[in-house]
Order: sequence, then structure tokens, then C-alpha cells
Amino acid sequence: MSALAIPRGHVRGIRIPVRIGTAVPLLFVLLVAVAAVAPGLLTDHSPTAIDIQHTLLPPSLSHLFGTDDAGRDQFTRVVYGARESLGIGLGATGLAMSIAIALGFAAGLAGGLVDTAIGRILEVAFAFPVLLLALLLIAIRGPSVTTEIVAVGIGSAPGYARMVRGQVLQVRQAGYIEAAGALGHSRWAVVRRHLFPNAMRPLVAMITLGIGQSIVWASGLAFLGLGVAPPSPEWGALLDSGRLYITTSWWLEIMPGLVIVGVALSVTSLGRTLQHELEGAAR
Amino acid sequence: MPTMRTARRVVIKVVTAIAVLIAAASVTFFAQLLVPGDRATAILNQQNGRAQQWTPAQLAPVDHKFGFDRPLIVQYLDYVGGLFRGNLGTSYTQYKPVTQVIGAELAPSLILTVVALIAAWVLALAVTLLTARRGRFLAALGSTWEALTASLPAYWVGVVLLVVFAVELRIFPVIGGTSPMGTVLPVLTLAIPLAGFLGQVTRDEFGKVLDQPFITTARTRGMRETAVRLKHALRHSVVPAITLSGWALGALVSGAVITENVFGRPGIGQVLVTAVNTRDVPTVSGIVLVVAAVYVAANLLVDVAYGLVDPRLRTA
Repeated sequence: MSALAIPRGHVRGIRIPVRIGTAVPLLFVLLVAVAAVAPGLLTDHSPTAIDIQHTLLPPSLSHLFGTDDAGRDQFTRVVYGARESLGIGLGATGLAMSIAIALGFAAGLAGGLVDTAIGRILEVAFAFPVLLLALLLIAIRGPSVTTEIVAVGIGSAPGYARMVRGQVLQVRQAGYIEAAGALGHSRWAVVRRHLFPNAMRPLVAMITLGIGQSIVWASGLAFLGLGVAPPSPEWGALLDSGRLYITTSWWLEIMPGLVIVGVALSVTSLGRTLQHELEGAAR
Repeated sequence: MPTMRTARRVVIKVVTAIAVLIAAASVTFFAQLLVPGDRATAILNQQNGRAQQWTPAQLAPVDHKFGFDRPLIVQYLDYVGGLFRGNLGTSYTQYKPVTQVIGAELAPSLILTVVALIAAWVLALAVTLLTARRGRFLAALGSTWEALTASLPAYWVGVVLLVVFAVELRIFPVIGGTSPMGTVLPVLTLAIPLAGFLGQVTRDEFGKVLDQPFITTARTRGMRETAVRLKHALRHSVVPAITLSGWALGALVSGAVITENVFGRPGIGQVLVTAVNTRDVPTVSGIVLVVAAVYVAANLLVDVAYGLVDPRLRTA
């Protein structure tokens, strides 16, 4: 990334790093956000308009991602699928972080037996790979959007929980926590005002990465036919319906996949930048 | 007595690993109780492909066959005890032991994951050795490649490889089964993202190691750059990535499930997806437990080996 660095610009006196390595992913994420909020702004077509005269057309200027077996414009379907895909990613990450914060803070603050017990639970949870835990849950509850969110959320929670616990333990040692206690603030006030914000700050970057990861996991489940089902234009569902045509119409599979890869790469790179800036701010 | 201490340490680790596995088995056992509604009814519905009320006379043999008519605690002890005798329960849909359902499918999956792990290491080390600290351009190229590949989902890599090398260029078969030629693309599908991840970890460490005094010492002895990299720097820089290999195995298994489905390759991935679709919870649990056991065993090995290799950790 440093090879592409452009000199930092001044905007209203605040130094904002303007790098191509940051600008491109940011732009991409913004585009996806626009697609989720107002898909009509990005495309003239309708995601459900069937056109049997133009089925399975390869990508061209009039159909950027080609057309599917019913002649629907694949680009339009990807645009309209953004809302549900982002929703699943946000929901799963939100659930994972809630579980992680509860467990991580309980372990980090209580210490002793509670810490040991939570440590053991996490150790057992780590023995289950995310995808397999998700599949077990789907086998039990049957495939649905809710199951998908819960499955991905629970599956990725242990990793975050361990990080939250580490952060809490580290921040607890800080001088300002001791100072706040010495000033007579209640334990709860210290946790809420000082410990929580400082322990969570480095995790903001992790949350950004987590949303991308959740979308990838969820689309993987859908690819196996166990997530959101076609004819929804959700990205995973597009992958699921495109599988039949892999050998004849590659664009149905590769183009939606490319968008998912784009989101994953963008948030990874933004997360890294954010982490860098936050660490810089803490120093 | 250092040997006694080492033996004690290993025993404690083995006992902990077994405890983790029993806990994992408890999770899958109690998860089976979360199946909505009556389990015998669910099994009969699934078998007959329709949802209906069954008479007690029809449900009784099913309840008896799967032991649902016995107290929960007996069922639990029987399940956990059975695991030690190599019994993973009975499939809801095929009415035969889960071990028989997955037995024949384990080998192709194991071959795929092990070959992929080796391929990923070779790829990661090659990229690190050739690009780390070899000038700005090469280093940037190497780390960009790693960052790109590390975040690629397995299904996408698989589909791209399939379309390019099997459908368009026709170098490899589209459906290759377990033949050597048919194994190349699935192995690459798993190895490329993993190599990116291993490479990122190794590269960081490689850079640090090259600044160590013993590297300077080796260079002042007149050792060549390639020899310094191979004999000194590499050995030290792979340690963190080796510790992560246990974790990598878990990621590989997840990837293998998807890869096997992309390429229509026989293995536990196909069995697993069929079992999830037919709500065959014992088979899914069985596969999950086998994977958990492999994961725990691999981490145990890494842990013990690590302690033996690095004397500083022996007293800990």
C-alpha cells in the first residue's frame, strides 16, 4: 500500500490520510451501502423483470454481469441483493459481538473461577469450526435467514470473546483505571466510563473485519443450498442458483462472488487502516 | 528431573484434551434435544416425505430403536460411553451406524486436507523466501498477493479455477472424482487462501528475524544470502505459523466441505450437506465430533512438539 501513497491532505485543519489503498475500498463500501439503501439509484432495470428473449447472456455494456436463466439482469439482482446480504452480515456480527462482550467482560472483570470456567467453554467452542457449528445448527432448526444469522453469529463469537477478554485484562492494568478508583468513583462508573470505551476501541477494527467475514460465511452456507434460498437476489442465493450453470454461464457464479470478494477485501483493508489509526491515537 | 516433568506435562495435556472432547460430545448430544417437536415423529416424517400424526404403535419401534424411551441421563451416558467404543450413534435417515455412513468417505477428505496443508506451506514459504526483504517492489508484490488471497472464500477460488482450468482450458476434468488429476484443482482451492494466511504470519516474523544479531553474525562469517535465509531465518520464522496450523486444520475442514461440493468430489463434505438437508442430526453430529477430535489431537501434537523443540517452554 505504501507504494501508492499520496501526500496527506489538510481538510479543515484535520490531517486525513488520503491514500488510494484507503480511497478505493471506502468507495466500494459506500457503493454497496447505497445499493442497500436505495438500489434504484444504481440501476434502471428491475431485479424481477423476466425477459425470455435474452436468457444467459454473457456480460456486456447493457448487462454488466450478464443475464440469468430467466433473462433477469444479474447486475441489478446483485444491487438489490445488497440489503439482505449486508443485513445478515450486520446481524451475525452484532450477535457475535454481544455474546463476546458478555463473556469477555465477565471473564476479564470477575477473574478467578468465572474466568477459568469461561476459558474452558471457549476452549470447547474452538474445537468446532465455524462452518460445521453452523451446519449442526441448521440441521437442527432447518434452513432460514434467522438460523443463518444465529449460526454465523454463534460460530464466530468465541474468537471475539477471547480478544475482548484480553483487552479487558490489559486495560484493567492501566494507570488511569487505578486513578479513577482512587478518586472514589464507583466500580460500575469506572467500568462504564473508562474501561469499556478503552477496551472496545481496538475492537472497532475487528468489528469491521467481522462484518466482511460474516458475509463470506453466510454466502458459503447459501452456496451449499443451506442459507437464503433462490429466487431471492441475496448474494449467497445468487451463488446457489448459479451453480447449475457453472460449466456454461460462468458469470452467474463469478460476478456475484466477485462482489462478495470485493466487500471482504475492502473491509479487511479498511479494518487494517482503522486499527493503525486507532493505535496511533492511543499513543 | 526434567524428563519426569515433561511426562507430567504431556499427561496433563492429554487429559485436558480428552475432557474437551467429552464436553464437545455433550454439546452435540444436548443439541440433538433441540430438534423441534417429537424426534420419532420427525424421523418418520422425513422417511415418508410427509408431515403427519403417527399412532403410538407406529412411534414405539422408532423410540425403542433410537433409545428415546429411556431416561435422558441413560441416553447421555450411553452416547458418551459409545464414543469411547467408536460408536457415534445411529443415522436418522439410513438406519445404520453413523460410523458406517461416514467411514468410507473419511479417506478422500483426509487426503485432500493433508495434501492441501502441505501445498499451502510450500506456496507460502516460496513466496516469503523469494519476496520478503527483496527490495520494495518485490516485498509489496508479495504482501499484496498474500493479503488478496488470504481473504478469498473457498467457493469462489474453486469456481474460478474450475471455469478457467477445467471448462475453458480443459487441462483438468470438470468432475474428477478422487483421481490424481481431479485432485489438483480442489487442493489448489484450499491451499491458495491458506498460503496467503500462513505467508502473512511468516513474513512478519521473517522480517524480525533478519534483524537479529545471529543473522549479522552469520553474514560476517561470509555466509551467502540464500544460505542465511534457508538455514537461519526460515527455521525461526515458521514457528508462529506452525502454532497456527492446528487452527488452520479447522479452517481447512470448513473449506474442504465447500470445495468437495464445488467439484462434486466424494468425501465427508457431500455426506454432511446431504445429512443437513435431510435433518439427519446424528450423522451431522458424528462428523462434527470427528472433526473436533482431529482438531484437538492436532493442537495437542503441536503443543507437545513445541515444548520439546523449544527448551524455554519446558519448565512452564
